Parts: sequence; structure tokens; C-alpha cells
Amino acid sequence: MMSSGFVVFRAGVALVLMCSFYRSTEDPLPELSPQQYFSTLQPGKASLAYFCQVGSLSNSVFLEELKEAIRPLQDYGISVSKVNCVEEEASRYCGKEEGVMKAYLFRGHILLREFPTDTLFDVNAIVAHVLFTLLFNEVKYVTTLEDLHSIENSLKGKANMIFSYVEAIGTPEHRAVMEAAFVYGTSYQFALTTEIALLENIGSENTGRAHLYFLHCELASDLTESCRTTRMEQPLTTLNIHVFIKTMKAPLVMEVAEDPQQVSIIHLQLGLPLVFIISQQATYEADRRTAEWVAWRLLGKAGVLLLSRDSVDVDIPQHANVAFRRAEKEAPVEFLVLNDVDLIVSHVKSNMYIEETQEDEDGDEEGPDLAIQDDEVAETVYRDRKRPLPLELTVELTQETFNSTVTTSDSLVLFYATWHAVSMAFLQSYIDVAIKLKGTSTILLTRINCADWSDVCAKQNVTAFPAVKLYKEGESPVSYEGMLGTKDLLKFVQLNRISCPVNIASIQEAEKYLRGELYKDLFSFPSVSVLGLFSPAMASAEEHFREAGKRLRGSIITGVYSEDDVWILSNKYAAPLPAMLLARPREGGIESVPLATAPVQEMVRILANAPLEAFPEITVETLPAYLRLQRPLLMLFSDGSIDPQYRNAALALVRQKQLEPFTPCWLNFNYI
Amino acid sequence: MGPLGLLLALALHLAACTRTHRDYCVLGAGPAGLQMAALLQRAGRDYEVFERESAPGSFFTRYPRHRKLISINKRHTGKANAEFNLRHDWNSLLSDDPRLLFRHYSKAYFPDASDMVRYLGDFAKCLGLRVQYNTNITHVALDKDPQAWNGHYFILTQQNGQAYQCSVLLVATGLSVPKLVDFPGSEHVEGYESVSVDPEDFVGQNVLILGRGNSAFETAENILGVTNFVHMLSRSRVRLSWATHYVGDVRAINNGLLDTYQLKSLDGLLESDLGYLALVKDSKGKFHITLRFFLDENNSSQSADAIPLPQDDNDNFAMRVAYDRVIRCLGWKFDFSIFNQSLRLSSGTEFSKKYPLIRASYESKGSRGLFILGTASHSVDYRKSAGGFIHGFRYTVRAVHRLLEHRHHGIGWPSTEHPITQLSSSIIRRVNEASGLYQMFSVLADIILLKENATAFEYLEEFPMQMLAQLETLTGRTARHGLFVINMEYGKNFSGPEKDVFYYDRSVAHVEDAWRSNFLHPVIYYYRHLPTEQDMRFRPAQWPLPRPAAIHHIVEDFLTDWTAPVGHILPLRRFLENCLGTDLRSFYAESCFLFALTRQRLPPFCQQGYLKMQGLSSTKSLRQHGVESRLLPDYTAMENSSRWLGDHPSAPGPLTQSLDSNKEEL
Repeated sequence: MMSSGFVVFRAGVALVLMCSFYRSTEDPLPELSPQQYFSTLQPGKASLAYFCQVGSLSNSVFLEELKEAIRPLQDYGISVSKVNCVEEEASRYCGKEEGVMKAYLFRGHILLREFPTDTLFDVNAIVAHVLFTLLFNEVKYVTTLEDLHSIENSLKGKANMIFSYVEAIGTPEHRAVMEAAFVYGTSYQFALTTEIALLENIGSENTGRAHLYFLHCELASDLTESCRTTRMEQPLTTLNIHVFIKTMKAPLVMEVAEDPQQVSIIHLQLGLPLVFIISQQATYEADRRTAEWVAWRLLGKAGVLLLSRDSVDVDIPQHANVAFRRAEKEAPVEFLVLNDVDLIVSHVKSNMYIEETQEDEDGDEEGPDLAIQDDEVAETVYRDRKRPLPLELTVELTQETFNSTVTTSDSLVLFYATWHAVSMAFLQSYIDVAIKLKGTSTILLTRINCADWSDVCAKQNVTAFPAVKLYKEGESPVSYEGMLGTKDLLKFVQLNRISCPVNIASIQEAEKYLRGELYKDLFSFPSVSVLGLFSPAMASAEEHFREAGKRLRGSIITGVYSEDDVWILSNKYAAPLPAMLLARPREGGIESVPLATAPVQEMVRILANAPLEAFPEITVETLPAYLRLQRPLLMLFSDGSIDPQYRNAALALVRQKQLEPFTPCWLNFNYI
Repeated sequence: MGPLGLLLALALHLAACTRTHRDYCVLGAGPAGLQMAALLQRAGRDYEVFERESAPGSFFTRYPRHRKLISINKRHTGKANAEFNLRHDWNSLLSDDPRLLFRHYSKAYFPDASDMVRYLGDFAKCLGLRVQYNTNITHVALDKDPQAWNGHYFILTQQNGQAYQCSVLLVATGLSVPKLVDFPGSEHVEGYESVSVDPEDFVGQNVLILGRGNSAFETAENILGVTNFVHMLSRSRVRLSWATHYVGDVRAINNGLLDTYQLKSLDGLLESDLGYLALVKDSKGKFHITLRFFLDENNSSQSADAIPLPQDDNDNFAMRVAYDRVIRCLGWKFDFSIFNQSLRLSSGTEFSKKYPLIRASYESKGSRGLFILGTASHSVDYRKSAGGFIHGFRYTVRAVHRLLEHRHHGIGWPSTEHPITQLSSSIIRRVNEASGLYQMFSVLADIILLKENATAFEYLEEFPMQMLAQLETLTGRTARHGLFVINMEYGKNFSGPEKDVFYYDRSVAHVEDAWRSNFLHPVIYYYRHLPTEQDMRFRPAQWPLPRPAAIHHIVEDFLTDWTAPVGHILPLRRFLENCLGTDLRSFYAESCFLFALTRQRLPPFCQQGYLKMQGLSSTKSLRQHGVESRLLPDYTAMENSSRWLGDHPSAPGPLTQSLDSNKEEL
């Protein structure tokens, strides 16, 4: 993609972000006076208030963040407001010095805590701090190993504990833990630390930004027994913690006796895979132990089930001892032979669906790689560079051979540059023409690489590549101005083999010419033949016509008939002299156009428009010619070839001149 | 005496009345003079070249003394492009005649100077240049005349009193006066211009060479094998051209003495200001180095053996040994002597004293219509580019000629106009073949002048970039809609006499690091408006041009072939697109067709090609690659799902993205 387009694209992203931002601030921040504020406080309800001096420079960054925190705090039943300290209503919360304004957290009328605004640096910090204050009892803040152990001991045999380390208070991870505590605080004892040393003491080697552990203290019957610990391995987000805790609540191993494809347990709903330990009656006890062992290892990562081979009528391969099912809905059950617990664990880990792609989304706004080619011509030519072309069908010219070649034989010259993609794309069509003309043409197809012979190209007035010129003995070179494709170029070459304009000798020949039979061997079907009719006295009109024909040489065939018996044709086609007959052999119509003493320029225009049809099909090739008429296209869309009925109707309208301001046409949209 | 005096006066008067007029007078038939003559000749101008000697290139009949030119004559590059090959042909002059290429005159990579003399003779003869040989112009003065092109004529007087009146004076006399050094005892010093070149004359001698340029090293090279040792003394450290990227510094071909010095083979290199030294000849005819102030302190009439020497106090003084010969190789300076004061032709600043003071347009600062060409014009790019050497000044001479054609004949600077779709290919073509840009890097630059709405542009080649502010008046072209300047540059901190130019990681290969390219590479500057003179003067230090609106470096290339589709052309196109806010991609007719039916505006490529019925057809194989690369939609797949225009959301993501990018098309 072009880079400026890409800027627009990024602006689009920014716009979307802005929209979502504004949506979140749809909740306005209530602005109250101190009196109003205190009158709204309800007993038992928490509220966060930012006291702000009227007229002082407001802390706009903080206010933006505060606005963003309204919605999430509301979810926890905490209201947020901005209190404007007005002079007549002085409040002790308004502070004495300007600029040292604070936010206060109340429960009812009781002040729980005051926050300097710099501790509430963003929306995460605001939510984390507020919840941390409110959940003072549910979340114990610990700084030493002794503290942790004493909490642990107090819980043994009674309840489980969730212990987490966060880098600092107010981080997004801290907020996630606090949000989890808000939900699960009554079920589990939460403990939190910011001391990295504490983490090292419990034997965690890699210390990242945050960790969360589930301590299974309920299982520890004895005070001397330490609580079994499961570490959460996913990054600390509210959702991940929720999933983790949910799986802790689930039974360690479930026994099932149904098709493993049909089993649906909480793990699947949480997006975790399932491991089935396939059991037989004879080995049930051992299998159960294995399953529990595996379950402990995979706690929080996968659900472990014990599947009894005897009680299901699913075809389980003979030797399979484990079945694995990914969390995706359609994922089939895989039956495996894994003889080691470690193998099972590693198989699960390597097959876990990792949601890391989402991670990159926010920070990485780098956009598409600048080195990716978005020019279709350059890219396709580059990809095609290794395919050998039959270049030997054309003669490669050099500075030494150029002049001698173009002066001694009728030659078509392609001027191109090997590094120029458009040139190289066209070279393929040029070679195609050479293939088609092989052995039939009297015109020599040549090419010259302007990357090597820039002098020659400059001398031939070639300023842009690719260019094609036809050099004929004794004539000045003719530049090809048609489409850079095989079809048009081939037509150009063929038409240039006919003298231009064609001098018709007899009425019979004229009729043959108009039927398109004169050059049958050259063209399968000429689209249009033009015949100028002049009486021998109309020399100047004839001269103009011949000149115009020469200028369009290569794109249209023109003929001239100016014998004494020209009146026969004139009468037959009701064409007062001088006139031009347009024959469309394909459609069978012959149309006459009067040629008043038009200047050459006008004659060229008339001739150039001669091939245009009354109700043409619009294709890649024909569209530019009709756009050039500068009239709106009235387009009939057709699914497939056009129904003759519609065609006739349209032509009738054209004849009645009902469609005058338009170019009526039709488009086969299967063919685009 | 009366009648004789009268006769003389009469003769002078007659001479004044019958002085011949020429529009252009060229002084000197060296390479620069002949180059200018060839251009004037081709343009059909009224000109005359004046040459003191009987044949062109007289400097080369004597110099270099050891006859080996150090300008390379690379006869094979593996490329056919004549313009590209000039990049590695440092001896030819510019002409339309391919026979007048130096490679037809010598097979040697470092050719013999006499081949140069022969070449210049042929050049003048084959092109039929109007050169007056044996014409010694002894005096040049100014004659005010409001009718003259520049408000004055230049009056050139020959030794026989014959005078010429010239509208424009082009001085291509080179640097012809050997630079001397004046210190006590300097009369004992032999000069490069006259010292023996026969090694036999140096057998078993101790030789001291003053200077550290190519002539000094060339002289040393010749005698290294037969002397006891060669010491070389100069004011500042040696500058090696492979470290400075300046061809005027010491070339590796001459650096044998550096080798033997560093290998402790008795030869040596010393730095000291020659002005502090004195040379004392002892009774045996040997020379001793002493300090000037020792002489000043003592009575200079003392006998040589009594003069105190540095080693008397400092017994390990480096140059305590006695020398058999002392040779001065200090280069040349411009001969100011023939120019009358009225011309106000003065020498340059401290840094370039040996050159006359000129503007970046090579016109003298003192008088309008007086241009300095060739080696003497090197003050413009001294120690930077190649303007002091044939392979550089052949282009600056051409630039001067183009300025003159516009100033006096109303012929605008040659330019070609192209549609905007040709923009990147015009640049790519030039950076890959242009020799003037390549040799005169950071002096001559190509200029692209945009037309209104950036639909087309004019391309001007090899304009003296320091004159950018005056572009409109100098070229007769208008630059109202923004411009690009295409320059070639070395990395800013890469070259220098003390720099390590072989350090690991010196070359840059990644497109993102293109701006850190060290070796010569194209740099494109974009300006929305023509910089003013003020902008030019206060441009950042070390920058050839003022800060542009945008700049692009095409990453340096080991092969100096900047045609890689993704590495070179794609980043360039993106840069140009960003500057112009347009889409410069090329499209097949099918894509243009789709655009024409679905969009209000088409990319320029479709406008200029497809809509003018010159669209580019794809072939089967290209189309297939297009589908694979997902840049082209798969029409065959669409035919299968018949109603794709109806219910189906159109083509898949990448396609819609690439085609529908919200670019403002023209």
C-alpha cells in the first residue's frame, strides 16, 4: 500500500479509537459543589471525589483518566464526581494551597483514604487504588515471608489462598488482581506483595512484571504440610485470572463414560483443551492415579478426565491411552499413545491455543511493511523474472546495428529498459506478437534495450519507455499509440502491411472491400472498413481524407474510390459526394457519412470515431474510446451475453434519438 | 626618436581600431579550453581559442614529469551504456563522436601523458575547432561599452600587439606557475618542473622531498629503489584519496613511500611547517636542515659549518642527517599576471589561494562575463569533488556553456518534459547512468521542476547546485510548483584523511538504513519552493543544500546499480508519492477499467495510459503471478461464483485494501 494511503489508514484507526474513547466519556463526570456532593452520599456506598479549585488550572490529564474510570468503578458500585470548591462553600477537603488538590474516597460520609492525584496516574491506577482500599480486609498486603506463612497457616485445612506479586501498586496487573479479588474475595483469601525478594523466597526463578499463585491450603490437613501451589502462567488480565480461578474450583479429575467428542465441561467453555486418560476396568486404580498426577501438572492449563474404554461405544484405537481434544469447537479428538506423564504435559503445552496475537494489537501500530511491493506491474514482472522468454524471435539491436537494420528492412522497434517493470510486462506481449507472426510477416520485429543504448533511444526521440516505432523504407517512422498488448499491436502490424489508404480500382473491388473480404487472409474479421467516395473533381477533399487516413494508419483501414463511376456507389448507398461509407462486416450494416469540405483535423476525428458502435459492449478494451466521447454512459448490466431483445430495444431508442445525451452501452458482468 | 615614437603610436592606434571581435574568447587550448570550444562550435557560436604553444595540451607535454597519468582509462566495464562508461573514463572530453574516446588512444589503465597530447591534438583537429596556436596573450583588460553584452569588452593583447575584443572571456589556462617556498637556503632546492627524472642521477643519495601531493609521491616512487633513503617533508599530514574520496589526494598508485616508511625501510615522512626551516649547504656540498630562527639569531654571514643545527641541542633530531638533494614538489598556482587590475580577478581565500575567486556558476566575482574553466575553477569544489580534473570539469564546462546559451542566445537550459508517471523511472535512469552527477557529486545536480498540480515535470540535467536560488534566471525555466534535486553523496562522516574507511559494517544494505549509506549514493531533496539565496547561505554546515521539505537516500549499492525493484525503486516511489500526495504505481488495463467504473478519480498511470487508449495488457503468466501475490483479483474464481457483483462482498481483503487505498488521486 502506498505510504500516504497508509497514513490515511492509520488516521482511520485513530478515528475509531477516538470514537470508542468518546463513547466511554459519554458518562459525564458530575460536577458538584461540596454541599451538593455531601448531600448525595449514601450510607455504605463508596464514592470517589476529586476536589478542584474553581479557576485554578485544572489537571486535565487526570480528569481525562478519571472520566474513563467512571464506567468501571460504577460496575463495582462506586460513584465518581468532581467537586468544585467555591469560595462561599469552603470545605476542608478543598485544601489550602492551590494545585495540591486530592481525590478522596468515602464510604457513606466516612473518609476512607485520600489520594494525591499523582498516585492515580491512569485509569488502571484509579481502579486499582480504589478497590485496594475498599478490599482492605480481603486482600492482605504482605511484605515478609513470615507474614505470608502466617496467613497460609491460618488457612490450612479451611480455605484456599490466592497470592500475587505485582511490580507496583496501580499497574494494570494490580488492577486485574483487585478486580478478581472483588469477585472472589469472599471465597478465597487474597494476598498481595510488591516485594520481589518475597517471590524469590518461594522459589520463583523468572520474575516478570507480575505473578499469581493459587495455594491449595484447604487440602493441607497438617500444619507442618505446606500448601500445594499452582502458578498461573498466562499474563495477568482480569479475564485470565477469572479463567484460572474457575479451573481451580473445578474437580481435579472427572470420570466420564461418553463420547469424548460430546463431553462438555467448564474447561472447554473457558477455552482450555481436554485430556482424556483412557482407562480400563483392570487398570482403573493406576489410571486414576495417573490422571490425578497429570491433572496436577496441567492445573489451569487443561481439563483432565478419566475415560472408561469399556463403557463407551466409540471406536478407540487399540493402543491409545490418551485422547486429546483442543478447545476449538470443531476440533476432532486425537487418540495418542503417550507412555509418560511428561509426554502428555508437553503435548498439551505445545498444542495450547495461544492468544498472543491479541497482545500485539495495541502497542504495535507500525502498519504494513514498507518493503512489500504494492505495484501490481512491478510485482508480477518480478515474480515472472525467472521464466525464460523466447527472446530470440525478436532481433536485439545495438548502437552499431540499429541504423543499418531500420534502413534496410521494414522493422518494428520496441524501445524498453530492462529495469523498467512496465516495459518488461509489455515485452511479453511483444514476444507474443512475434510468436503469432512467426514466418508470416514481412516486418522485422526488433527491440533495443535503452538501459544499454540510451544514446540511440534519445536520438530516436524516445523519452519514455516502452515505445514502439515502425520504420519503413523511405518513410518517417510511425509511433505506435495503441494499447500495450498483443491484440492491438498485432492489428497495428497487420494494418501497416496494407498501403494506406487503399486505392480501390473497381466497383466490384469496392463491394468486396466493404464486405471485409479483401483482406481475409490478414484479419479474421475487421471490425470496420471505411471507404471514402470522391468524384475525380474533388481533389482537395480526397487529399484531406488521404492525409487523415495516413495519420490513423495502423488503427483503422481506409480506402478511397474516386473513379468516374463513383456515382453508382453514391446512389446505391444514398451518399451524396464526397462521402464516407462505414461498413461493419460483422453486423452487416453500411452507413454513409457526408464529408463536407472538412479540414484534416475534423476528418481525423470522424475517422477515429468510425469504429464506435451505437450500442457497444463495454469491455476493458472498449471503455476508453467511449469515455472519450465525454458523455455519460447509460449502461445496461447483463448477466452473460446480451439478450437480442434488449439490444434491439436499445438500438431503436438510439435511432429515435431518445438517448442523445448519453452513450448507451451494456456490460457483461460475468466477463469483467 | 620622434618619428619612431610616432610610428609606434600609430601602430598601436591601428591595432586598437582593427582589433578583431569575437563573441567568445577562450584562453588556453588545454582540455577545458577545447571542451568549451567543442561546445561553442556545435552551437555555432562566434569564438576563438588562443594557445601560446604550437599544439593543444602543452601542460601534458611536460607534466607529469614521469609521464604516467593517474586518471584511469577503464576500457571495460561490462556495460554498453556510453554515458555510464564515461563514469570510468577519466580522460575523454565530451563530444558526439565516439571515435574521440580516450580508450582508442591508450590501452594502459594509467596512460602515458603523451597519449593525452595526441588525443587533445586529434580532438581539436577532428572537430575542426578554431584555435590560434603560437598566440601568447600577454595582457587582458576591460573596455567599458554599454553596447556590449556585459557592459564591457575584454581586450586581449597578443605579444605582437595584435588585439582582440571579446564579449565573453573564458579562461582555461589551468594552473601554470609552480608554487615556490621561500626560506633561507631555498635557492638550493630543485623544482619538480626541472629535476632529473633519471633514477641513475640519484644512486646512493640521501633525498629530501618537500611536499606531500601526488607530484611529491610520484617523484619519490621513481627513485625509491636507488637512493639511500627518501624523506618527505610537508606542513600537514598526508591525505590519501582512498580515505578522503577526493581524487586530488595521494593516489594508491603512488604510495610506495608510505609502504617503505611504515616497514622501516629507511624512507620516511615528516610534518613541519616549511616556513620555520632553513637549509644550510656545508663545505662538502651537503644540505643540513636547521631552524630559521637559528639563522636570525646568528649573523647570517657566518660560514655554513658554524650555523647551529637542531641536533646540537637535541641529539636525536629527525632530520639530523645530511641530504644530497632537496626537491620541491609543491604544485602549481593560477597565473594572475596577464590580467589587468580592471578585471578585479583576485585570488581566493586562505584555503584556495592558488585559484582565482569565482562563483558557483564559474563566473568571476570581479567582472561579469569572465568565466574560469578547468583546473583553475577548482576553488568551487576543492578537496570535495572532481572539478579540478578532466573527468569533472568537462561537465562544469558544459554547465557554463548552457548558462551562456541562455544568457546570450535565449536558449533555455536543455530540459525534457514528461508526465508524472515517468517520475521514478526518469530518476532511476539518471542515477544509474549519468556520469556528470557521478563525478561532480554534490556540485552538479539534476533538477526536477514540477508543473502545476504535479501532473507533469521538467527534467534539467547537471545544474550547478550551489546556484539553486538563481535557477530561474540562469536557466529560463520556472520553478513555481516545487522541485526535486537529485544529488550524489558520500556519507557525511565517512571520508577524511584520518578516517578508517575499512571499518566493519561500513556498508549499508537495508533500505531502512539508507540514510546512513557511506559510499556514493543518490540523495533526493524535495522543496515546495525554490530555496532563496538566504536559505542557501544559511544552510546547515556540511550540507550541500538547505534543509528540504523531505529527503530520500537511495541505499548505497556495491555495484552502483540502483535498479532493484524492492530495494531501490519501491522506496523511491513511496518517497515521491509522499511528497506529491499521488499514486505513482502502474496498473494493468483491467485494474484501470475497474477504477474507471468505480471511482471518481484514477491514478495518473491509468489517466495517462489506459484512458488515452494505451493501457497495459497483462499476459496470462503475469496475471497468474498477480493473483498469487493477491494484487490482482482472481477473475476465474469470480466467474465460477456467478453473482459476485451482487450479494458477495467484493474481492478479498488485501485486494480491496490495495486498490481502494484512500489516496487523493489527481
